[in-house]
Order: sequence, then structure tokens, then C-alpha cells
Amino acid sequence: MGKITLKQVRKSFGDVAVIPGIDLDIDEGEFVVFVGPSGCGKSTLLRLIAGLEDTTGGVIEIDGKDATQLPPAKRGLAMVFQSYALYPHMSVRKNIAFPLKMAGLPVAEQEKRVANAARILNLTSYLDRRPGQLSGGQRQRVAIGRAIVREPAAFLFDEPLSNLDAALRVSMRQEITELHQTLKTTMIYVTHDQVEAMTMADKIVVLNAGRIEQVGSPLELYHHPANLFVAGFIGSPKMNLIDGAEAAKHGAVTIGIRPEHITVQDGGPWQGVVGLSEHLGSDTFLRVQVDGVGMLTVRAGGEITLRHGDAVALAPQLDKLHRFGTDGKALA
Amino acid sequence: MATQSSRIAARIMVAPSVILLFVWMIVPLAMTVWFSFRLYRLLSPDRTGWVGMRNYTWFLNSPDFWLAISNTLLLVGGVLAITIIFGVLIALLLDQPVWGQGPLRILVISPFFVMPPVAASIWENLFMHPQNGMFASLALGLGYQPVLFMEDYPMASVIFIVAWEWLPFATLILLTALQSLSSEQIEAAEIDGAGPFNRFRYIVLPHLTRAITVVVLIQTIFLLGIFGEIFTTTQGGPGSASTTLPYMIYKQAVIAKDIGRAAAGGIIAVILANIVAYFLMRGIGKHLDA
Ligand SMILES: Nc1ncnc2c1ncn2[C@@H]1O[C@H](COP(=O)(O)OP(=O)(O)O)[C@@H](O)[C@H]1O
Ligand SMILES: [Mg+2]
Repeated sequence: MGKITLKQVRKSFGDVAVIPGIDLDIDEGEFVVFVGPSGCGKSTLLRLIAGLEDTTGGVIEIDGKDATQLPPAKRGLAMVFQSYALYPHMSVRKNIAFPLKMAGLPVAEQEKRVANAARILNLTSYLDRRPGQLSGGQRQRVAIGRAIVREPAAFLFDEPLSNLDAALRVSMRQEITELHQTLKTTMIYVTHDQVEAMTMADKIVVLNAGRIEQVGSPLELYHHPANLFVAGFIGSPKMNLIDGAEAAKHGAVTIGIRPEHITVQDGGPWQGVVGLSEHLGSDTFLRVQVDGVGMLTVRAGGEITLRHGDAVALAPQLDKLHRFGTDGKALA
Repeated sequence: MATQSSRIAARIMVAPSVILLFVWMIVPLAMTVWFSFRLYRLLSPDRTGWVGMRNYTWFLNSPDFWLAISNTLLLVGGVLAITIIFGVLIALLLDQPVWGQGPLRILVISPFFVMPPVAASIWENLFMHPQNGMFASLALGLGYQPVLFMEDYPMASVIFIVAWEWLPFATLILLTALQSLSSEQIEAAEIDGAGPFNRFRYIVLPHLTRAITVVVLIQTIFLLGIFGEIFTTTQGGPGSASTTLPYMIYKQAVIAKDIGRAAAGGIIAVILANIVAYFLMRGIGKHLDA
């Protein structure tokens, strides 16, 4: 259970084609992350899958059956919203039990499943509180609890962590990943944060302006970006993109090299001046202005002592160079 | 207002208005209490004096009194029921995206701008009148006898007219509350398998309880004192069939010109209002807390 197939799925709001046509296969048990900049149509695509929006064209299949016209409740999917969308006048227990109550399950079974979900999510001692009396992280867990009791074919998450503070975001990220390993249910997770995508996904779908730019595992996207957009989007700090004469030397319109693939090396081919150096302790990120190349970000060791205005020589690792053609696509 | 001095300052600042409001309330109340124990008839101004509880006992023993109390409560309850049930339904409709939403909303609100005696006159003479009214000609056109609304169903007619006037108020408050319901909650309920009725029952209605409470409390205060609509239409009749407590007090004060008895009736009305308020606050006041 939990295989989802999109065939030429389109969505327009009025005259605006937000999603011009998407084909995608999501396998059973996969953790798929839709990632892309704000406004690229990630939420819209997720809502199409959930059935909260009507498709303008195309077919959505869930477990091999055409679900395009099915109402949300009949698709067997559970969704966790960015705002959590908890029912404020119900206790945590009733919130979690709500889908079961709507499904008409016997009360004993409802209680069993709620207790089980509460145990998995560490909510047992909060069951009688109202959502208003919980912290952001706890509310998030209630929303997840409400999703898991239904034992859905797949979970849909729409930027579930973006209302949490940085520390909580990291721990909830791990909790959701662990939850996926325990339940082994298909999960579709929407985020604009490429770190979340890289750390959580089995498969990343990079979206841009309603189109799929590339689909692949985190490391595939990292090592073999199909085009300039993916190259610039995946990886932090961003890949350095260089065009002009320096790119032409390598037979490309644009070349890309990641900060970690440039070494500070006496006698290196690129001579530059340090603009900014950010010391993180473990690493140092240098912003270096290189003549004829442009501003480059370089990752150096934590012990490096270069400062603003120092001259530096850089050497790119040529085997890690990415080459892109006129259309922005990667050259073989 | 965290510190001692800021609390004291705040008290001093609000004191003038509190004192003014208190005087505003206590002087008429005290005068009413005073008159209610005195013989004070405008037709015999030279006969005055204390009469003890006699004004009250006259009121309580009057054959109309319990009818007036039950009519008053019937009016309040009937109008509340109609305005809230239809207010919720109309608000649900107005919340849908429809063409011409803005003008439509203004149309729905507009009865509230019509003055009560005018509204009552319009309904009585243009709609419910047994010869000239629209309902009468509809009935005749269909081959039935016209209904004598003011004679045969006086209370129901008054309740209907007052409900028509207050429906926009209830609709407006409920519509505002409805618009503050997050669409994601509805969508979540939809995914959770709740159909339209269950979404209303478990999500929309609980969300509206506070607004409904506000509507009940505010309307009750105004409805307990409804007078103009009865004065312009049934005049409390036929007989005393549509006499409410305020109308009974009016009859004592203006027709019988007995200020003492009218004052006693006024005090009884204040006590009734307090009893109603007590039960309302006990019953639904908890919904006002966040
Ligand atoms: N209900 C709607 N009506 C009109 N335009 C919409 C609607 N929902 C989304 N859009 C537009 O569709 C685009 C994609 O939105 P969305 O899917 O929310 O982006 P994302 O989640 O990737 O930030 C945006 O340009 C947005 O303005
Ligand atoms: Mg979004």
C-alpha cells in the first residue's frame, strides 16, 4: 500500500498554469521530499495529491487505482499542515481520535490506537490538554498523531517544521525520520529547506516554477546535478558558478565547483583576495574575489587564519568540476 | 499595569467615568424604588403617602401579570431561537464565494437600519394586513381565507417581526466568526473523513459557540425591553394576549397614570432581568472565556 503515480498532472488557477504538467512515480514505503523555492507549486502539488484541489488535467493513481476524482477522505492519505490545523476546542485525545470517530471505529479500538500513537509520540501525559496549552513541538506531534492513527497509505507533510525554532526543527526532523523507519509507510514531505531534503529523503524531487527539475537520491543530486538550477539549489553553501573565459577553458558555458572542492594552496591557478571569512570552528568559509573568475566561496579548515584583505591562491579539484551548456543542462 | 503606582494611577484615571456611570444608574433606580412604595397617581395628585408593598401585590395579583411574564420570556426565547438558527444558516450561505457578494451582504444587513416602529408598521400594514396585506392577497389568490395575524396569532406575529429586525445582527456577528475559522481546519477535517454535516457539527459549531453566546447575551438585554413593535401593531391585544412586562408597565404609567404601580412593575422587571442574566451567565457564560 502507498504507491502513488502522477501522469501529466496539471493545475491552473484561472489563466495561471501553476503546474504545467508533472509525471512522477512514488514507490511504496519511500520517503519523498518535494523541494523548491517558495511559490514554485510544492503545496499545490501536495494538495492535488491529497484531493484538496481539483486537477485541471492528468491522472493521479494511488495503489494502481485512478484517484483523480476521489474526495480527500476516500484516498486513504493523511496530511500534516504547516499550521498544524488542530481542532482547538477538542482535547489532544479527541483530536487524535477524530479520524477514527469519523470512520465509525468501536470506542475500544479508538482508545487502543490513540494510546499507541501517544506512546510513540511521547504525548501520553498531555492527552487531556487542549492544543492551546501545548508548545509548538507538542502541537506538531499531535498533528502527526492524528495522521498515524488512521494507518494511511501515505503521509503528506506540508512544511511541518517551519513554525518551530532551529533546535526543535533538528530534533523533529530526526523524529519524523525515525517514525518513517518504524512505520515504513510512504511519506511525501514538502519543504523549501534543502537541508531538510538532503537529511530526510530517500528521493528528492526538485521543483521550480511548477516543473520537475530533477529526481534522485540526495547524493545523486549532490554529485550529479542535471542543470544549473539544481546545482545552485542543492548544497550549502551554494555551489560556485563561473561563466565567461574561465568556463570556456573547460569547454562549457558555465562551470560549477562546490566550496568544499576548492583548496587553499600556494601556487594554485586562481589568485585572489579574501573578502570575508566566517569561522564556524569546524570549518571556515572564505569569500574570495578572484581576478577573471569572480567571487568564490571556499571551505577551508577550522584552523585557518586568513583575514579580510589577505592574498590567497586557490586550486579547484578538477575531477569535481561540473560543466553546463547553453541551455543550463549538465554536459556529460 | 504591573506596578503598585501604575495600578493606583489607573484607578484614579477611570474613577470619573465609573462615578458618572454609577450616578447615572443609581439615581433613576433609587427614584423608581422610592415611587414603587408610594401612592402616586397623576389623576389625583393631592392624594399621596406610603402604601407599603401594595403596589407590588397589585402587580403580582393582577390577572395579566403571569401572562405578561410568560409572553416576555416567549418573545425573548422565540426571537433568540429564530435569529440564531437562521443567522447560522444565512451566515453559512454568505460565507460561500458567490457573485455579487458585497451588495448581497449589505442587503442582508439592511433590516437592522430600519427603525423598529417603522419595521413593525411595514409588516403589519403591507404584509400582514387582512385586507391590504400581501399575505392576504396571496391567500385570496390561492382561494383561502386571509389569516388574521394580529387577531389570531398576535404573539407569533410580534415574535416574527422582532426576529426579522434582529436577524441581521445575529447574521453579522456569526458571519464574522465564521470568517475567522481557518480553512486548514476544515480541510483537515475533510481529510479525516468528516462529511459536510460532521464538519459543521464538530468544527464549525464549536467555533461559533462564543459568537452565539455574544448574540444571546446582547439580544436578551434588548429583547427583554421590546416595546415599540407591540405598541405599533397589537397594542398588547387582543385583550392582553400579546402584553409583555414592559407593555404592562406602559399601560400603568401612561394609560392608568399610576406612577406608583408602574414603578413597582419596573422593579419587578429589573429583578426578572437579573434572574435571566444569572441563568444565562451560569449556563453559557463559560464560553466567553478564551
Ligand atoms: N488558491 C489559489 N489561487 C490562486 N493562486 C494560487 C492559489 N494557491 C496557490 N496559488 C499560486 O500558485 C503558486 C504556487 O503556490 P504554492 O503551491 O503555495 O507554492 P509553494 O508551496 O511552493 O510555496 C503561487 O504563485 C501562488 O500564488
Ligand atoms: Mg507552500
